[in-house]
Amino acid sequence: MSATSRIDSATPERSAPAGVPHLDVDPFSTEFFEDPHRIHDVLREAGPVVWLEKWGVYGVARFAEVHAVLNDPLTFCSSRGVGLSDFAKEKPWRPQSIILEADPPAHTRTRSVLAQVLSPTAMKQVREHFTAMAAAKVDELLTRRSFDAVADLAEAYPLSVFPDAMGLKQEGRENLLPYASLVFNAFGPPNQLRQEAIERSAPHQAYVAAQCQRENLTPGGFGACIHARADAGDITAEEAPLLVRSLLSAGLDTTVNGIGAAMYCLARFPDQLALLRSDPTLARNAFEEAIRFESPVQTFFRTTTREVELAGYRIGEGEKVLMFLGAANRDPRRWENPDRYDVTRRTSGHVGFGSGIHMCVGQLVARLEGEVMLAAIARKVASIEISGPVKRRYNNTLRGLESLPITISPA
Amino acid sequence: MPSITFVHPDGRPQRIDARDGESAMQAATRHDVGGILAECGGNAMCATCHVYVDEGWLARLPAMGGDEDALLDGAAAERRANSRLSCQIKLATDLDGLVLNLPDRQL
Repeated sequence: MSATSRIDSATPERSAPAGVPHLDVDPFSTEFFEDPHRIHDVLREAGPVVWLEKWGVYGVARFAEVHAVLNDPLTFCSSRGVGLSDFAKEKPWRPQSIILEADPPAHTRTRSVLAQVLSPTAMKQVREHFTAMAAAKVDELLTRRSFDAVADLAEAYPLSVFPDAMGLKQEGRENLLPYASLVFNAFGPPNQLRQEAIERSAPHQAYVAAQCQRENLTPGGFGACIHARADAGDITAEEAPLLVRSLLSAGLDTTVNGIGAAMYCLARFPDQLALLRSDPTLARNAFEEAIRFESPVQTFFRTTTREVELAGYRIGEGEKVLMFLGAANRDPRRWENPDRYDVTRRTSGHVGFGSGIHMCVGQLVARLEGEVMLAAIARKVASIEISGPVKRRYNNTLRGLESLPITISPA
Repeated sequence: MPSITFVHPDGRPQRIDARDGESAMQAATRHDVGGILAECGGNAMCATCHVYVDEGWLARLPAMGGDEDALLDGAAAERRANSRLSCQIKLATDLDGLVLNLPDRQL
């Protein structure tokens, strides 16, 4: 507590706005990371809008309000940062993202470039290779039988396809996961996780900055495709490396935690693994449902650009609003049996990838990786058993595991 | 309240009631029309709510945007002159009776 209370005392005294239910929960604490669902329920049931005393921010945890905030980007802006830090008052810890931390019209141009680089057409080019690599990975793991589903599968598989698809050099790739972890910790408040991540960030930042340069990216990869858009005049030569950085920030740890979530679900719910095995075409939906169920990206902030009324509550200008994506994805107002992992559920509309103009631009890459991995498991694996202590990994934004020891048997 | 019909690849029609202002995709997912996946939930990202607009209706729909046009090139099923993404077709009473044919696959 000593580290955080020092920071608390530096935070200006904020009084709870009248009428808004105020709560003293900390969504960036170990207690929360260990079991967010109980506190999500408290947040949802307290009201459509709540005030989080600990950090002096508004929160929304019901599906309707999370969806509404995500889809009103002019009122709830991203250009003042999508973490707790308000860029209007504080210098960003790294040069501001020109897509994630941007508003229309500037955002529209950069977004269009990444959306085309990662389009359905682009996925058709890599699909065959991603599929073969997933099958090879599962074959390899079947020879071992017992392994860590986080390090050996959820991390190993994306690492075997994504850096190559980006066009990255072999050297230095060990920086990718620490850099991503840092980026997602940095959206959080100035707690120990964030401070330590930033203190250790220099070598990872230097690596990523270098890899974003054109000469370090193999022709044909996603990175080179972004630079080619600068030749076409869609973006400037200075903007291209920053868009490459966005893919390096958000393209790996997210899929690691997505695939990890799916593995943890299939290991805990053997009836759902049986369903998936009986119909491997469910693989894509089984992955999507794991995203809804676990919500690997738990939270993002927005900042109000004007005074606004949300669900009957008045929120002033310049206020931070924290969106609980994971809570929205299990809101009983929106989902039937929300706490059930159901590979046949109609998942369309979940906010695990966000919604609106900032919805995950790499969602098709994530779905492709998730689908082909779960399809390989559906065809080749008969059973998955948890065979050791499951350890959670703590991050201010990402929900996932540090370790998931499992034993699998061949089909 | 407009009523629209989805025609499955086997020729089976499925008539559903839509709400004013919702998209054809939203109406389809609300009524669990099997041939519409809508993975991205209506954000013009995924091309998995592809439909072939029935003859006579195409000209009455709002014009296609650049995003939709680009996405349709990546749709799983063949792109035709009457291809649209159903998330971009906003329904109102003037589209009462709209007929949308479903492709054989969305992935």
